[in-house]
Amino acid sequence: MARPHGNDPAALTGHGAANHRAAGGESRRDLLAKVLAVACGGLATLPPVAAGLWAFLDPLRRTRGAASFLSVADLAAIPDDGMPRQFPVIADRVDAWTGFAAEPVGAVYLSREKGSREVRALSATCPHAGCFIDLEKATQCFRCPCHNSSFTLEGGIVNPSPSPRAMDELECRVGANGQVEVKWQKFRAGVAEKVVQG
Amino acid sequence: MSRPAARAVSGQPSRKGVLGRFADFLDDRTGYRAVVHEALYERVPGGARWRYVWGSTLVFAFMTQVITGLFLWANYSPSAQTAWESVYFIQYEMAGGWLLRGIHHFMAQAMVVLLALHLLQVVIDGAYKAPREVNFWLGLVLMMLVLGMALTGYLLPWDQKGYWATIVATNLAGIVPFVGPSLQQLVIGGPEYGHHTLTRFFALHAGFLPATLVLFLVVHLAVFRKHGLHAKQPITKPDAMFWPDQVLKDAVAMLAVMAVILGVILMPALRAMLAGEVVHAAHLGAELGAPADPSLPYAAARPEWYFLFLFQFLKVFEGWGATGEFFGAIVVPGLIMTALALMPIVGSWRLGHRFNVAFTLAILAGIGLLTALALNEDYSALWVNRASLAEAEKLHDQTGGDAAKLVAALGGDRTKAAAIERQWKTLEKVRRSQAYLDAVKLAEADAARAVELAGRPERIPPAGMLELVRRDPLSQGPRLFAQHCGSCHAHVDPLAPDAEAVIAKSSAANLHGFGSAAWMRGLLDADQVAGPAYFGNTAHKEGDMVSFVRDDLTDEATWPKTDIDAVVAAMAAEAGRPVPQEIAGLVEKGRELVAASDRCGGCHAFRGNGTDLGAAPDLTGWGGRDWLVGIIVDPTHERFYGDRNDRMPRFGKAAEGALPPLSRKQIELIADWLRGEWYRPAKH
Ligand code: FES
Repeated sequence: MARPHGNDPAALTGHGAANHRAAGGESRRDLLAKVLAVACGGLATLPPVAAGLWAFLDPLRRTRGAASFLSVADLAAIPDDGMPRQFPVIADRVDAWTGFAAEPVGAVYLSREKGSREVRALSATCPHAGCFIDLEKATQCFRCPCHNSSFTLEGGIVNPSPSPRAMDELECRVGANGQVEVKWQKFRAGVAEKVVQG
Repeated sequence: MSRPAARAVSGQPSRKGVLGRFADFLDDRTGYRAVVHEALYERVPGGARWRYVWGSTLVFAFMTQVITGLFLWANYSPSAQTAWESVYFIQYEMAGGWLLRGIHHFMAQAMVVLLALHLLQVVIDGAYKAPREVNFWLGLVLMMLVLGMALTGYLLPWDQKGYWATIVATNLAGIVPFVGPSLQQLVIGGPEYGHHTLTRFFALHAGFLPATLVLFLVVHLAVFRKHGLHAKQPITKPDAMFWPDQVLKDAVAMLAVMAVILGVILMPALRAMLAGEVVHAAHLGAELGAPADPSLPYAAARPEWYFLFLFQFLKVFEGWGATGEFFGAIVVPGLIMTALALMPIVGSWRLGHRFNVAFTLAILAGIGLLTALALNEDYSALWVNRASLAEAEKLHDQTGGDAAKLVAALGGDRTKAAAIERQWKTLEKVRRSQAYLDAVKLAEADAARAVELAGRPERIPPAGMLELVRRDPLSQGPRLFAQHCGSCHAHVDPLAPDAEAVIAKSSAANLHGFGSAAWMRGLLDADQVAGPAYFGNTAHKEGDMVSFVRDDLTDEATWPKTDIDAVVAAMAAEAGRPVPQEIAGLVEKGRELVAASDRCGGCHAFRGNGTDLGAAPDLTGWGGRDWLVGIIVDPTHERFYGDRNDRMPRFGKAAEGALPPLSRKQIELIADWLRGEWYRPAKH
């Protein structure tokens, strides 16, 4: 090519690099230009990056609504034989912009002992990593299909199980009209303590 | 650079900090210094200049689009039921979403402007000439890709604007000979617009087109570096290096572009703030229209402003049918692109360069002119003085626009007739412009309402925003009313300035505020009952009600003022409307009067007062939702006017097997709208 030292800054002045740097005023001007160039370029790029991150972090602002008692079944629908039965939890649900009215949002196992009006409610969500726990009628126990955690019919852990804790029991009350109400909550998976997920 | 040489240049490693030693290590393994050096130290013949910044600003603009686009992608959902909804969520509910979308939206427009400037600079400087022909062609491909991204991006919010603009654009693609229809069907993902139109446009917009663009951009830049910068002659200053001299100018230009974009985004908010209004997300960033509705006419449909010239250009071929459209939308733009592509060849001829410059300027001037014409057609009503056309307007109404009648009306004055006819042309334009401006206003109101509805605590139904809009009385009521009721009934606030004229033209009662105390008071007013706002223009003008109001109610002995007040109070209560404070205590008394056989109950049935149906409308639940729905369904029912019904159609009834003029749902929307029953956001 006709430009022998096209990409060598020193070629501009015809002097060596050392000489070029020695020209103090020139290099100070150069430095200022460099700083300004980086500053302007950075400033120009800042808005799109900042706006993007700002919006990207938006999910951190969103919270689950306060837990409330939801009516899940009629007391009469839970035979008093100590055997858990699975019931869907129906609630209004908002997914970003969409509002779902009275939709199944999860499931609970309800059981009660002979003659008792007290109901035990166990969340069907596995405390290990959140899979849906099955009720195995044959072996009379709960088993999670994902990593085989096993639980007794009362929700207690059967060792060895990968789950760090027993099944999560949910607060439960029976209304005067015989409606069984469950406090619908989610708990952090994978930890030994039962911590409510906010 | 060989390793020993690199060590020698970097000097004594012992005196370097951790960072310096790490840089050495990295360079040793990757050779990044050479790459950076290669990238930054490009000779700029004649020194840095402002005229060279356009290419860099375009790269910057594209990078901005990539960054903002990726973040938008993280929140966008392309389907007919979620596209508008997710964009709404970004714009109105996500922190910073308005800024993100605003930058993306306006930078897309800035890119089109920057493209034009870059092209202009390249042509004027003759930078397209040998040996840079290939790079010029690469640039033209890049231009088409950017325009393609603009076109596909416009649809993605799935609002009325984007939807109708895309219908037009894809239909134009459909007129390409032979492949057109298949091409169109491929692009929109089937015979109808819907989910796959969005998924495909999105894939084009965020995948195929940008990937292709990056490919071409890399080659464009590589070829640019191969030939070096084309310096504008004559060179008066010494050469400089790309870094930092030209980079500084480029960076300042980028910053200026970003500043303009931020200014455009924030300007409406600033203006609102100065006007003392509360700043709302609608003031910030890009516009979001009402959700796309294929069943709703959209007279405000226009392409984005940079395609407006093409839109206007097509009007030149109006009346030529499909051939004209093919010619205007495909042949002419194709020829222009061909002429651009041939520039490097033409440029090598004598005077070729001058021709190229003149041609480019002429094209830009043509685009400018067409855009101005389009804007003038749309907005002329804003600046043409309508009053100066008053006489022409009157004559137009009189003669129905007939030239022969016009001459007769002017007593044979042909010169004046010719002048008036010219004014008619202006009038026609102003009317069309006004129609467009009204449509824009309506579109804005629809958009604002959609946003209001989307913010309801119940949120948007799973079926999507359109369903919610379609069952909103405030959005649908006025349209249904205008279409089905408005040819007879007025609906205008009697206190509005033009109310009298509107009411005079109607041939049935003014239904504005029907059911309210004020409406009832007017009915019971002897001066008004036979006026055009009530029974004046109907068959009931001479009916029993009119004579009752005129003869009986004016007799203070039998009907003292408090009795009339009481009836007004009772009827407003019946309609479920607010009863004015001062007569609120009279509701019970009013009910007795309405029921009494020697008062209203003589003709009207009311709450089981024993009066037979058929003589006059049943006043039980008068003006309420059920009552209104009932009378719209079938005014000839004995609960209402029976066989004395005057012209009002039975909107909810039809012969066996046929569909009634209005569905139950539509009738309910009209009733709710008349009653002012629609969602209103809680005031914060
Ligand atoms: S999730 Fe249940 S065992 Fe792992």
